[in-house]
Amino acid sequence: MLEVRDLEVSFPSEAGRVAAVRGLSFDVGAGEVLGIVGESGSGKSVSALATMGLLPPQARIGGSIRFHGTELLGKSDVALSRIRGRRIAMVFQDPLSALTPIFTVGDQVAEALRVHDPKLAKKAAAERAVDLLDLVGIPHARARSASFPHEFSGGMRQRVVIAMAIANDPDLIIADEPTTALDVTVQAQVLDVLKTAQEITGAGIVLITHDLGVVAGVADRLMVMYAGRAVEQGAVDEVFGHPRMPYTLGLLGSVPRLDATEKRPLVPIEGQPPPMTDLPPGCPFTLRCPMAVERCSAEEPALEVVGPGPGGPEPHRSACWRSGDIERVEHDVAGAGADTAATLFGVRAPAPGAAGTDGRPDRPVVLDVVDLVKHYPVTTGSVFRRRVGTVHAVDGISFDIREGEVLGLVGESGCGKTTTLMEILGLEPPMGGRIVVLGSDVAGLGRRARVAVRRDLQVVFQDPVASLDPRLPVGDVIGEPLEVHGVARPQIRRRVAELLDLVGLRPDHANRYPAEFSGGQRQRIGIARALALEPKVLILDEPVSALDVSIRAGVINLLEDLRARLGLAFLFVAHDLSVVRHVADRVAVMYLGKIVEIGAVDRVFAAPSHPYTQALLSAIPIPDPAVERRRERILLRGDLPSPADPPSGCRFRTRCPLFVELDESRRRRCVTEEPPRAAVGSGHEAACHFAHAREVV
Amino acid sequence: MVRFLLRRLLNYVVLCLVATFLAYSLASLTFRPLSTLQNRQPPPPPQTIAAKSAELNLDQPIPRRFLTWAGGVVQGDFGNTVVSAPIGEQVLSRAGTSLRLFLAGTLIGVTLGVLIGVAGAVRQYRPSDYLATLFSFLMLSTPVFVVGTLLKVVWLPVNQAAGTQILYFSGEVTAGFQGTFTESLVDRLQHLVLPTVAIALGQIAFYSRYQRSAMLDVLGSDFLRTAQAKGLTRRRALFRHGLRTALIPMATLFAFGFGLLVTGGVFTERIFGWFGMGDWLIVGVQQQDANIVATVTLFVAVLVLVSGWLSDALYAALDPRVRIR
Repeated sequence: MLEVRDLEVSFPSEAGRVAAVRGLSFDVGAGEVLGIVGESGSGKSVSALATMGLLPPQARIGGSIRFHGTELLGKSDVALSRIRGRRIAMVFQDPLSALTPIFTVGDQVAEALRVHDPKLAKKAAAERAVDLLDLVGIPHARARSASFPHEFSGGMRQRVVIAMAIANDPDLIIADEPTTALDVTVQAQVLDVLKTAQEITGAGIVLITHDLGVVAGVADRLMVMYAGRAVEQGAVDEVFGHPRMPYTLGLLGSVPRLDATEKRPLVPIEGQPPPMTDLPPGCPFTLRCPMAVERCSAEEPALEVVGPGPGGPEPHRSACWRSGDIERVEHDVAGAGADTAATLFGVRAPAPGAAGTDGRPDRPVVLDVVDLVKHYPVTTGSVFRRRVGTVHAVDGISFDIREGEVLGLVGESGCGKTTTLMEILGLEPPMGGRIVVLGSDVAGLGRRARVAVRRDLQVVFQDPVASLDPRLPVGDVIGEPLEVHGVARPQIRRRVAELLDLVGLRPDHANRYPAEFSGGQRQRIGIARALALEPKVLILDEPVSALDVSIRAGVINLLEDLRARLGLAFLFVAHDLSVVRHVADRVAVMYLGKIVEIGAVDRVFAAPSHPYTQALLSAIPIPDPAVERRRERILLRGDLPSPADPPSGCRFRTRCPLFVELDESRRRRCVTEEPPRAAVGSGHEAACHFAHAREVV
Repeated sequence: MVRFLLRRLLNYVVLCLVATFLAYSLASLTFRPLSTLQNRQPPPPPQTIAAKSAELNLDQPIPRRFLTWAGGVVQGDFGNTVVSAPIGEQVLSRAGTSLRLFLAGTLIGVTLGVLIGVAGAVRQYRPSDYLATLFSFLMLSTPVFVVGTLLKVVWLPVNQAAGTQILYFSGEVTAGFQGTFTESLVDRLQHLVLPTVAIALGQIAFYSRYQRSAMLDVLGSDFLRTAQAKGLTRRRALFRHGLRTALIPMATLFAFGFGLLVTGGVFTERIFGWFGMGDWLIVGVQQQDANIVATVTLFVAVLVLVSGWLSDALYAALDPRVRIR
């Protein structure tokens, strides 16, 4: 249906022409799902936009894109506009900005219909728009169609965009990172809607993503892109099961698995993608490749057939001179029960010494949070402020972290994770409850004592770009905490060099500015800064979520290594449960300002007892097509309720899949009585009246 | 929303009062309204000076004087000038004169400014965009009295070549003009054009810069791409989805832009010999007259606040996100 041949796209830039896509060829059949994965800058989105004819005018496009036999490249905007939205539709990454803020969602969906069918009456279009909104799962579609985009949550807006995409029953839907900006439970909902949309329209789908888990369950075929080219292509099981290109291997090995039973080392792909302005000859992956030979840097390998697809005409292709050798290694290690990627990339098992949960009661508590409360007032009026409500951001949470232990704090956006962090970092007396850092209650701290406690409690932020002052050389960034605490200059210089070495950077990097570093390196700088004062507790706020997958693994490995070597305790805040499973010893799951489940990672992931934890875990895709297809998703209904008006009794009951199945009298208990946190196993607590363990991974 | 706008209006009454009070106090503190009388040769008798002082309420504290004046304003009496002419008689004609200039200037300035800004953004980095940018920077960096004088210089040969006054340089109407309604309208227009252009040029430059950058923001926005992905042509997506969104920040700017225009208006009126409010302000300062200054300040305050109020209403009309239910 869609045939892309030798697609070339380049943009002018100050550093010369950027070759964003270099000779890309692929097909999409009717009703087929093609997954395209790759890191940012690999050319995935650009190829999609080229297909839609939506690239900016300064882009130079070559090659051929044929749709049902008609060439799309070179068509005028008017001619393309007849195809866009009617035959080929698109769903974009960021639902928050994808809708025009000044029109109602109903109007915007109706517009998609009327633009291709001017004869359609306004009223009929509006009716059909309501049907479509209902179809994609917008509750009270008729009433909500008169709402403006800003009155919808991100997930709901993405549904609206999907409604527009399927409005004209297209033959092909291009979904460009459709769930990247969304929470996992919402991601599961949106993927489900996308699947429904495909069933109804019978459209082929091109699913572009960087998340291997997302494509594993949905795609029929997979294409891996690197530096503007396809480096591997084939049936999804084949590519996942027997990757024949080191980059694919690395990608697969770099993501922590939710279903891992033992600690598996992550495969970091060292370095970063080459600049696209001035590509060296040869394979662009050479510099990061563990198996590169001379030929790799001299000649770029073409995409060649390396094996037949099982039970299908689609052959498995890979662009690598050494794919044959990879096959041999795969064969050898299969007998030894080892991991191909880990073997090839030479990754060692994580350093021993991490305390884990053994002997937990004997170790001293380094951070103790008891019944922490933080409410924000909601006010109205500017001159005479009136309090009209309260946001229950954090509503009585308790946890403790012992020496050398990692606690993962997880939950969707808006659940109060960040507020909890800020309360702990502020070292101010909390609104309610107690925060005890290394034995001293922060409420009773004087100014000087507070400064002393800060030495032991440091933080690493989410965004490595925004959290480093661009005008300070890296050495000053890292040395600043030392300076504040009155360390002498020569000593600072020595320590900075030591720290840079510790996080895997070179000491001579101290004179450079943050802008000269990649995202992963900047996060390492952020970690070095946090470690400067030799803290005992490190608070990590989503430390890897802003990084590309291949970079992520390196930072996670570094954190693990540091923790083992320095005996640090972490409070690791994340929304990515697979990362938490990999890094943490214990995990606390937050929902609307409460901790609903807490316990050792192995226990909570193997036998989650709170329905929310179960839903959260089941929503996370596993990068394994065979596993993913067999899994059953627990889909949550709707969005997170407003923390200004939390439901009575159990806060989760409005979205709880268990609540629906309960009889009347039991339901009443959920509505009226707030469930206390009760033990469901050793050191494992859940806040549910009807908690029972269920395996979901 | 209506309630919100009404409440705003109420706030503005207070703000007008404050602005006027400040101007009145400042003027009263620095002005010496009796100096003309005192410096007269031969010196007038002390009784005359005392009587004038009493007439001007100079024996009372400034807040008291202000209250007396403000109390009069509420009843439509703006007080007398230093030379005992009632201000109220001139207020209407002078306000009308200024408003005619300001409204025409704003209307032309906003419309052309927005159009040029949009065109510049859509045709970014083309010669036309560079030309518009050059024009804007020239205009923004040239004071309005230079622009006014330049216009006069430029137009003079045109009039001479035509052998007749096509456009007039001074006054708002030909003195002693007699004729039918149409003839008098044409005469007024002939007087109106040059000062309006002088004001509008600056306004066009001001709005076009902001409109250009607002439009560029919208051009790169995701929702415009979504609109095109639905099947709208680029042109249609631009006009339906882009233009109105890009106008939103203009609504806020309007309040500022109007204030700027009123300040420029003072000079423009002087250069073209219009007896408007701006001209009056200068007269008031020259005559050391607090009442005139306060009256002009009140007029300007009302204008600026009304334009602010309008921009609020405009904002709400353009952008559903700020509407209050």
